[in-house]
Amino acid sequence: MIKTGAQIIVETLIEQGVTDVFSYPGGQVLHIYDALYEYQDKINHVLTAHEQGASHAADGYFRATGKTGVVISTSGPGATNLVTGIATAMLDSVPLIAITGNVPCSLIGKDSFQEIDIVGVTMPITKHNFFVNHIEDLADTIREAFRIARSGRPGPVLIDIPKDVQTAKYEFENCAPKPRIAMRKARDEEIDRAVALIKESKRPYIYLGGGAVGANISTEVQDLAEKIDAAIGCTLMGITAVPTSNPRFLGMQGMHGHYASTIAQDEADLIIALGVRFSDRATGNKARYAKNSKILHIDPDFAEINKNIPADEGIICDLHDAFLRIMEKITPASNPEWVSRVKELKAEELAKLESDEKLFKSQLSPRAAICMINQNKNADTPVVTDVGQHQMWAAQFCEFEKKRTFLSSGGLGTMGFGLGAAIGAQVGTGKRTILVTGDGSFGMNLNEVATAVKYNLPITIVVMNNGVLGMVRQWQTLFFNKHYSNTTLERKTDFVKLAEAFGAAGARATTPEELDAALKAAQGRSGPTIIDCVIDKDEFVLPMLPPGGSVDDIIVTKEELNLE
Amino acid sequence: MSKKFSLAVYVDNHFGVLSRVTGMFTRRGFNIDSLTVGETESPKYSRITITLSGDGYAKEQMLNQLRKLYPVKKLELLETEESVRRELCLIKMKHDPKTRADVMSAVEVFRAKVIDYGVEALSIEVTGEPSKIDAFVSVMKPYGILEMCRTGVVAMSRGSKCIKDKTDISSEIEEEVPVISENDQRDIF
Repeated sequence: MIKTGAQIIVETLIEQGVTDVFSYPGGQVLHIYDALYEYQDKINHVLTAHEQGASHAADGYFRATGKTGVVISTSGPGATNLVTGIATAMLDSVPLIAITGNVPCSLIGKDSFQEIDIVGVTMPITKHNFFVNHIEDLADTIREAFRIARSGRPGPVLIDIPKDVQTAKYEFENCAPKPRIAMRKARDEEIDRAVALIKESKRPYIYLGGGAVGANISTEVQDLAEKIDAAIGCTLMGITAVPTSNPRFLGMQGMHGHYASTIAQDEADLIIALGVRFSDRATGNKARYAKNSKILHIDPDFAEINKNIPADEGIICDLHDAFLRIMEKITPASNPEWVSRVKELKAEELAKLESDEKLFKSQLSPRAAICMINQNKNADTPVVTDVGQHQMWAAQFCEFEKKRTFLSSGGLGTMGFGLGAAIGAQVGTGKRTILVTGDGSFGMNLNEVATAVKYNLPITIVVMNNGVLGMVRQWQTLFFNKHYSNTTLERKTDFVKLAEAFGAAGARATTPEELDAALKAAQGRSGPTIIDCVIDKDEFVLPMLPPGGSVDDIIVTKEELNLE
Repeated sequence: MSKKFSLAVYVDNHFGVLSRVTGMFTRRGFNIDSLTVGETESPKYSRITITLSGDGYAKEQMLNQLRKLYPVKKLELLETEESVRRELCLIKMKHDPKTRADVMSAVEVFRAKVIDYGVEALSIEVTGEPSKIDAFVSVMKPYGILEMCRTGVVAMSRGSKCIKDKTDISSEIEEEVPVISENDQRDIF
C-alpha cells in the first residue's frame, strides 16, 4: 500500500513490536505526529516535559522491561537534548531507538533554522546511526536499526529523517521483525579450558555485570555457585542478576562496593567474569587488581576481552549458551575453607557497619532510609536511582528478588537520569515505581514531575535531601581539605510545596517512622508523591577505595578516617 | 613494544563511513600515521588503508574496535614483513641551473620522474616504500623544496591471499550458528 514516510515510520515501529514511545513534538516531526495521531489506538505516546526526560524514559523502559525503548524528537535543539540520554544508554548497553526529524534535504548544510548534524554529533555515542535521505530506504533502515540495537551487546541507534522524506510517498508492506544477529558460540575447546580453570579453583568468585542480567542466567549462576562453593559478586550494572537474598551473594564490589564482596574478589583464585567490562570504578588501581587470581572472562563484545584487564581465558561468545555448556561439564567440588572465609568476611562487614552506624548524626541514617524502602516495596517494584551518594546507598542496601528491578546510570553517571527513567519503568511495567534521588540530581530534571502528574503515574520519589552535593562533598572532605567549593546548595527549595505546585502529593520525613508512614501513604495514591527525606550533609558512602587506590587502601568505617 | 603495521579495512561505500572509522581512532586515543581511501573493484566497498604504530595491546584493540563498526565488512592486518607497501610523493623544486644536474641525478638514482618542467620550478614524482620517500625528500631538501605532498601508504598482503576472500564480518558470525530460536529464554527485546 502507498503510504507517506511518516506513516511508514509509525507502521514500522508497530511492526517491530513498539507499543509506547516517549517524545516531544516540534517543527520537523509534525508529520510523524500526524501519523501518531492516526495510529493512537495502536501506539501510546508519552509526552514529557523535556527531550532529555524522554530519552531517559525510553532507556528506563528497556531497563525495566527488556523491551526496546523509542524516543522521538524534532531537529536542532530537540535532537541535541537527546545527547545525554543516548550517551547514558551507550555506556550501559541499552538498546534505544532515537528518531529525529531534520530539515528537508534541500536545506541540509545551509545552517537552516533548527538544523544540526545530529548524525555527526551522536556518532561516538551510538552503536550506529543513520541519515535517511531516500524514502525507499526508510522502512528497511528502521528495521535494521532495531536489529543492530538488539543484537550482540545492545546499544542505542539514532535515525535522522529529513522532513521531505516524511512527506514523500512510497509502497509499504509489513514484514516480521528480523531475528537478531546471532552471537558467536563458544568453541568446545574454549568451554573445556573454562571448565578446567573452574575445576582447578579452590576459591572461585563469580562476577556478574550488566551482560549477565540480559543473558538471563540467574538460576544457572546460583546453581554453579552451589556446585563449586563459589562466592557471587557483581558490578553496579549486575545488580539483580541474582537475588540479593542468595546467601552466597556478597553484593556489588568496587569503589563503593561491599567490604565482603571486594575483599573476597581480591582473595579469590579465580574470577569468573560474566558480561562485565572491568570499569575503573570496579577495579580501582589496575596494576593491583586481582593479583591473586586468574580471570575467566566471558562476554559477547569482541573488544572487551583484554581491554581493561588481561584475561587468563577470554571467550567472546553468547553468554547464555556458553554458561549452559560450562554447567553441563562441571562436577561438584567442595571448598569448605573458602566458604567459611566468605562467611567470616560477611560477619566482619556487618560488625563494621553496625559500629559505624553509631556515628550517624541524623535521626534518619541513609541505611535506615533504604531499609524502609525495602519494607515498602514488592519483589517486582522497579527501584530507580539518580547519581551520587543516594545511588550508592541504594546499590548497597536495597534488596532485590527479580531481575530488571534496579535501574541506575552506571557508566555515564548521569545526574538527572532518575525521574525520566522512573517514568519509563512505570509506563513499561505498569507497577508502582520508586525513585531514590538526591536533592542535587532531582534538581536537574524535576520538570518531569509534571509528566508523572499528567499521566497520573504511581511513582514514589524519595529525595535524600542533605542540601549538598554529597558525593563531591565527601571527596572534598577527604582529599581537598574540606574546601567545600560550590557543593553547598543552600537552595531553600521546599519539596513538599513543590510537589503541590506540580499537582503531586508531598511529604517530609526526618525519622524512619515518618518515612515509613510517607511511603505507605504514597502507596495509597494513584499519582506521584515526593517525599523530602532529610538526612545529614556529612554522611559518607563507605566502604570506599580512594581514587587510584586498590583493595589495600579500602576505607570501611568513619572511624578509620580520623575526621575532626 | 611499539611497531609499525597497516590495516586494510573494507567498508561500505557510503557517505560518513570515513569519519566513523577515523572518529573511532581519535576517541580511543590511537594515533594514525597515514590513511588512504579509495574505491575497489566492487562499487559496494571502499578500501581504507591505515598505517599506525602500537604494541600488541593496541593492535588487538584497534582490530576489535574496528570489527564493531557496522559499516566495516572485512579486515586484514598487514604486518610490514608480510605485505607490499607503496607510497607516492610529488615534490615541487626550485629550478636553479646551478643545482639542476644534482637534482636530475638524484631523480635517476631514486627512479623518480620529472612530471613538470618550467623555468622557475620543476615537479618530481617518486614512488616506493615510505622509507625510500623519506630518503629522497632528505636528499632534495638542500636544493630548496617549494612544496610537497605524500599520498600515505597503500598496502596489500604478499602472495595469493586476498582480503575479499575473507568472510564478511557479520556473516562470519551468522554462519557459525543459527538465529535465536523461539524458545530462547533471554529477553526478546
